[in-house]
Amino acid sequence: MSDGEGPGGPPLISVRTMDIVVALLMIAAAAVVIGDSLRLGMGWQENEGPRAGYFPFYVGVILAVSSAVNLVRAVLDRNGAGKTFTTKPALLQVLAVLIPLAIYVGAVAVIGIYVASIAYMALFMWHFGKYPLWRGFLVGFAVSAVFFLMFEIWFLVPLPKGPLDEPLVPVVSAFMKSIGL
Amino acid sequence: MEEIASLLGGFSVVLTPFNIGLMLVGILLGVIIGVLPGLGGANGVAILLPLTFTLAQQPGGTTSAIILLSCIYWGALFGGAITSILFNIPGEPWSVATTFDGHPMAKQGRADEALTAAFTSSFVGALVAVVVITFLAPVVARFALKFGPAELFAVQFLTFASFIGMGRGSPFKTLASMSLGFALAAVGLDSVTGQLRMTYGFTDLLKGFQFLVAVIGLFGIGEILLSMESGLAFSGAKAKLRLNAVLTTWAKLPRYWITSIRSCVIGCWMGITPGGATPASFMSYGLAKRMSKQGNTFGKGNIEGVVAPETAAHAAGTSALLPMITLGIPGSPTAAVLLGGLLIWGLKPGPLLFVEQKDFVWGLIASMYLGNVAGLVIVLTCVPLFAAILRIPFSIIAPTIMVICAIGAYTVNNAMFDVWLVVLFGVVGYVFNKLSYPLPPLVLALVLGDMAESSFRQAMLSSQGSLGIFWSNWLVGGIMGLGVILLFWPLIKRVLALVRRRAPAGAPS
Repeated sequence: MSDGEGPGGPPLISVRTMDIVVALLMIAAAAVVIGDSLRLGMGWQENEGPRAGYFPFYVGVILAVSSAVNLVRAVLDRNGAGKTFTTKPALLQVLAVLIPLAIYVGAVAVIGIYVASIAYMALFMWHFGKYPLWRGFLVGFAVSAVFFLMFEIWFLVPLPKGPLDEPLVPVVSAFMKSIGL
Repeated sequence: MEEIASLLGGFSVVLTPFNIGLMLVGILLGVIIGVLPGLGGANGVAILLPLTFTLAQQPGGTTSAIILLSCIYWGALFGGAITSILFNIPGEPWSVATTFDGHPMAKQGRADEALTAAFTSSFVGALVAVVVITFLAPVVARFALKFGPAELFAVQFLTFASFIGMGRGSPFKTLASMSLGFALAAVGLDSVTGQLRMTYGFTDLLKGFQFLVAVIGLFGIGEILLSMESGLAFSGAKAKLRLNAVLTTWAKLPRYWITSIRSCVIGCWMGITPGGATPASFMSYGLAKRMSKQGNTFGKGNIEGVVAPETAAHAAGTSALLPMITLGIPGSPTAAVLLGGLLIWGLKPGPLLFVEQKDFVWGLIASMYLGNVAGLVIVLTCVPLFAAILRIPFSIIAPTIMVICAIGAYTVNNAMFDVWLVVLFGVVGYVFNKLSYPLPPLVLALVLGDMAESSFRQAMLSSQGSLGIFWSNWLVGGIMGLGVILLFWPLIKRVLALVRRRAPAGAPS
């Protein structure tokens, strides 16, 4: 599972390259942590014990040191250069999932979760499963209705609603009441 | 037998129609979560945790809430076996070892036998672990009542050290993953001094990184991205459970009692120490293969090869709750999520639970007994239904899970920012998975980070800044010493191997 081979094609990025990139990013994160810890103070404060930056400082140091070791290992590793992290078609496939997901999350913020989810599911099914759009909308609507029932009615947890959801909500809840849910 | 009286009290708490209803709902949801790719015990419980926020505020509601969540967990444990056997796709990492013999059995038309064996041994493993919890947990809790901040930090240190000592991958990747978790946990308001840490002026970061959001992203979205990349193709075996197959399999199972006992011991041990269910299932499978008389038929559909990993995985998954309720230290990512739930409901996990929240603790333990019995009945009767879920094409399942993850992330704090974080954590999960950075240490560090830090600071305050407090008596020193050994275990192992290799060379030839 973890080293799942992607769809064929020439390797685009090797495991070694990716290991180096991740190690560098982690070192950058450690620098951010250490930087702020120094601002907060990592020493001893009378009557208060270790200052706020004490613990994060050492966490940052450990993160930096272990990532540095990972970096050196990746650089020296000749094996990893031959192993494929991803191929071009595999990367495109992942991006084809990731970019619409980002658009969906953006849409949730603007138009609310229900309408956005229905549209997202319909388009996803249409693109990847070659379903006609009306079936996608139907499935999306059914799934959203189940979540509406579970969250808003049974467990009383409100979900984000936007201008397009508001008119739908009373209609759906009236319908659900009428069929006894 | 004080424990038995308490346990009976627990049963009386659980046996209300409302709680039994929640139990059944929890198990059904759990099995569905276990069956669906991309949803597992940890992120499934994380997504459904917000459902309990309102519930937990009612009197006695925390018990109902933990019953719902823990039953989701049992359901997920059971559900993982279904996909492994029928579709050769482990629904959960701990059921990977079940595919080795379970799927060949299904291909030979013995799916019902394999499923019965898997469910029954899961049940046995869980039951043994619950008995262990019933009698061991109060003892551990009583002992832990004496713990001060220094001892607590020592136990937390031991937990994290054991990830490095017992991990399978690179110790430095484990260490990096873990410290990233600690760093993320530190972001936000510092509870001792009230200072803001690492927010760099972003108001969205004031509350810090919610571990629930991280779990949903790392395990949920990350998993879907992996699956989409490799292109899932289900090739399922037929699943029909005949009643007589259940009975004939049950007649066969007692033959494997040694394997069963061995797997229970491995499972309980790996669950209580944070080894986790996944290594427990592999270890148990490996040992069974080596010790069985028919070891050579393992991998070709030997029923013993289903019994061993399933028993161990369930025993580990269940006993992982022991350190959680007694010490406040979860033995697995899912236990970590449950622990987070306790914190959100306003309970303080740790030995005091056994004194202050008797109903809660014993209600939980009683629900473990009942939940596993109910679980066994439900999975044995509903296999065709769950198998039907798997026939739903992935292009419908995947967007549904994405929507579930988004809803789950939003409901944690009612914040859109968290939904964006989930996407980000999804990418991190995908990359970490492919580079074999382990995720459980990250999650556990994120959950325990604040607790570990505050016990460390309290200990340091009482010793006026001297690290000597962690070696000041035999108890804390012993725990720390064990931790240090585990921390350097990969190194020690290497040195030992080197010495052993040298020895024969130096011997007279």
